Amino acid sequence: MNANIEPTDFVFDAAAEAAVAKAIARYPAGKQASAVMALLDIAQRQMERLTGTAWVPRLAMDVVAQRLGIAPARVYEIATFYTMYNTKPVGKYHLQVCTTTPCWLRGSDEVVSSCKKVTGIEGFGQTSEDGLFTMTEVECLGGCVNAPILQINDDYYEDLDAARTEALLNELKSGAPLPPAGSSIGRQASAPVTNQTALLNNTKPVE
Amino acid sequence: MAKVTVDGIEVEIANGSSVLQAAEAAGKEIPRFCYHERLSVAGNCRMCLVEIEKVPKPVASCGQPVADGMVIFTDTENVRKSRRGVMEFLLINHPLDCPICDQGGECDLQDEAVSYGRDTSRYEEGKRAAAQPDWGPLVKTTMTRCIHCTRCIRFSTEIAGVPELGATMRGENMQVGTYVDKALSSELSGNLIDLCPVGALTSKPYAYTARSWELRKTDSVDVLDAVGANIRIDARGAEVLRVLPRLNDDVNEEWLGDKSRFSVDGLKRRRLDRPWLRENGKLRAASWEEVFAAVTNKIKASKPERLGAIAGDLVDVESMLALKEMFTSLGSPNLDCRQDGALFDATQRGFYLFNTTIAGIEEADALVIIGSNPRHEAPVLNARIRKRWLAGHFAAALIGVPHDLTYPTTHIGSGPDAVTALLDGTHPFAEVLKAAKKPMLILGAGALARPDGAAIHAAAWKLAAQFNMLNDDWHGFNVLHHAAARTGALDIGFLPGPGGKSTAQMLAGGVDILWLLGADALDTQAIGADTFVIYQGHHGDAAAARADVILPGAAYTEKDGTYVNTEGRVQQGFLAVKPPGDAREDWRILRAISAYMGHALRYDTLQELRAHLAQTYPAFALTGELRRLAGANLAAPAGDPAAVSAVPFEPVFDNYYQTDPISRASPTMAACVEAHYPNLAEAAQ
Repeated sequence: MNANIEPTDFVFDAAAEAAVAKAIARYPAGKQASAVMALLDIAQRQMERLTGTAWVPRLAMDVVAQRLGIAPARVYEIATFYTMYNTKPVGKYHLQVCTTTPCWLRGSDEVVSSCKKVTGIEGFGQTSEDGLFTMTEVECLGGCVNAPILQINDDYYEDLDAARTEALLNELKSGAPLPPAGSSIGRQASAPVTNQTALLNNTKPVE
Repeated sequence: MAKVTVDGIEVEIANGSSVLQAAEAAGKEIPRFCYHERLSVAGNCRMCLVEIEKVPKPVASCGQPVADGMVIFTDTENVRKSRRGVMEFLLINHPLDCPICDQGGECDLQDEAVSYGRDTSRYEEGKRAAAQPDWGPLVKTTMTRCIHCTRCIRFSTEIAGVPELGATMRGENMQVGTYVDKALSSELSGNLIDLCPVGALTSKPYAYTARSWELRKTDSVDVLDAVGANIRIDARGAEVLRVLPRLNDDVNEEWLGDKSRFSVDGLKRRRLDRPWLRENGKLRAASWEEVFAAVTNKIKASKPERLGAIAGDLVDVESMLALKEMFTSLGSPNLDCRQDGALFDATQRGFYLFNTTIAGIEEADALVIIGSNPRHEAPVLNARIRKRWLAGHFAAALIGVPHDLTYPTTHIGSGPDAVTALLDGTHPFAEVLKAAKKPMLILGAGALARPDGAAIHAAAWKLAAQFNMLNDDWHGFNVLHHAAARTGALDIGFLPGPGGKSTAQMLAGGVDILWLLGADALDTQAIGADTFVIYQGHHGDAAAARADVILPGAAYTEKDGTYVNTEGRVQQGFLAVKPPGDAREDWRILRAISAYMGHALRYDTLQELRAHLAQTYPAFALTGELRRLAGANLAAPAGDPAAVSAVPFEPVFDNYYQTDPISRASPTMAACVEAHYPNLAEAAQ
């Protein structure tokens, strides 16, 4: 199936149906419309599973609307409002670069130029010629402590610089699976880069 | 009640009202773009900012409920400054294309910019660009002008019940639209144009036609359906350029159906602007003298009982009365206004009126629709039913062709035998009706135009009587007409007199001379070849093609006329432009020809005619107002309720847009048919 055209048909498959039933069951009877965001996500993940590109075609939005008994226009509004739903096909790896102030101060420009260099993409919103990468500019990902952040599909890659970004992307380009997510400099969670600076002696808390 | 002070003026207002409503009650004008009293509150334009004592920041008054003792300031320096700030932001992306914008002169943004706008812009960056989606043949979009007030989205979702519009994307990229390009499928889409506070949505047929200040405005009444929506006719010179709805909470609120609004270009086409006379099988242009002589000679040579007259759907009461009295003085009892051939008991007014009244729908709690599609036959009335449904605790059922009526209905059956199922209590909806306090039924006029029409009429009345619809203070029996002239014609008894012939009998060779007063909806093929047909009307439609003499009349915009809507509300329309060419007001033609024949009618002016009308038929003494009829202790109409057949009901119209000579002549309506009924448009070609 060509991933770059609007499909002619969309139905939830067995795996998705199970997830849909679970999502709808979370809400009280008569409030099924609340499951719209979950269903859109399930549709996007099904597209990723079946076609290799995670996006929500308009047909899928119509299916979601029909399933929840709401007007298709309401689903279009939601799907286009949230940037995490892709309304156009994306590459296998969706590079979501945060360029908001903390990441920018910590060198997100380098991450962007490395992405461009490795993938050959010229600007945000474009997909590389090999169809592997799509680069998107996103607003704050909420990982400012470990800035700059590059989110690839569902995972955060943190503490990046030009060289480590290039290495990461080249690895992906060569066909390797996604490496473990997290800090690229071995930092534990969001602890200080200069190792632990507080609570050094194991004094017991004051009772 | 809450007591609030607005700029030093104390007002009392119901709890739950907004600060904006309180300010209006105090006579203070608050600028607004997104707020509309008939739509839900969105609060996203921020233009209605006011100051409230003890509140540190300006407050959007449309969404802020009043509290007792609130002190509100609507015109402080801080308020003005805040509104100026809002206006500057609104204008950032708004193009400076007022000179070529159709909204110019009646634009809320333009008006408020006079009060709150800066003289120059401080914004130097590029303005937002937007795609121009195609919303069909009626609404023209220029989305760069959109200020994202979302009135159109709320209207289509809430009032029209066709939730096709939405705001997609976010922030600066937000777009109001359908997401998928398609024509709006609402019969009320023209109201979006009125609601849009800027020039983003304008009228496509009226584009670049005129400026609002060039137009002569005349109050009138719509005749393209039987709701009798109050309209304003905007004309320039001899041309009607557009029709807009006028506020009337009892009838149309402030809405108008698309056919009523956009058919006006049909008033300029296919007009009969001079008398015509058939000679040797061909129509030729003639003078009034010639046609008067031809008609008089024919009528004089004929026996009175061989004369017949049928009144059409768009005719004013005055003309019908003049025709009726002329025929009476000639000695002919052959009159009928039911060109659809409906035969039912019209001896009591309550038998054929929409007795609950349109505003009364809001009191009902259960509804049965029999053989009608109110969405097509009376879209504004259908919007009222939807409004009632939205308010909750309302059950609707439908007998007839299943339609999407914009509110859910229980489909009881397709034919009139389903009424019997309700009467027997075999259908579960009977329980709903039994439990209802104010149930009502709507009987479509189309359902009466069947061989078993009288039986259906009687069965519906029996249903009303059995389910507590006929009370001292509640009359739940309603007939929904689709012809504007019908109720008035029935009121003046434009019906076969003693021994008179009905429409079907007249068509089937029962008369030698047939006078068609704007009657176009009948089967002209059925008229006998020997029948001499006089057509008096304004459009060269089917009946004019069959006529032997054509008397050019005036359309509803071209005469002062009285119309009675389906509720029985007597309303008057006023002349906006003169009839074209030699065409004349219909009652004048009849008055003149009656004098020519030596049977002169006894009124020379419209005032005399109207005085005579009110004297003869007291219902016409009251104009505009309506007294609701009580439903208790009424005799049932003639007809055997058990004689209903099982033949399914059929739709009255095959499409909403072209139903009468005016809309059939309208290119805009033809474009609508093409957009919404591609099969029909293809068949027509």
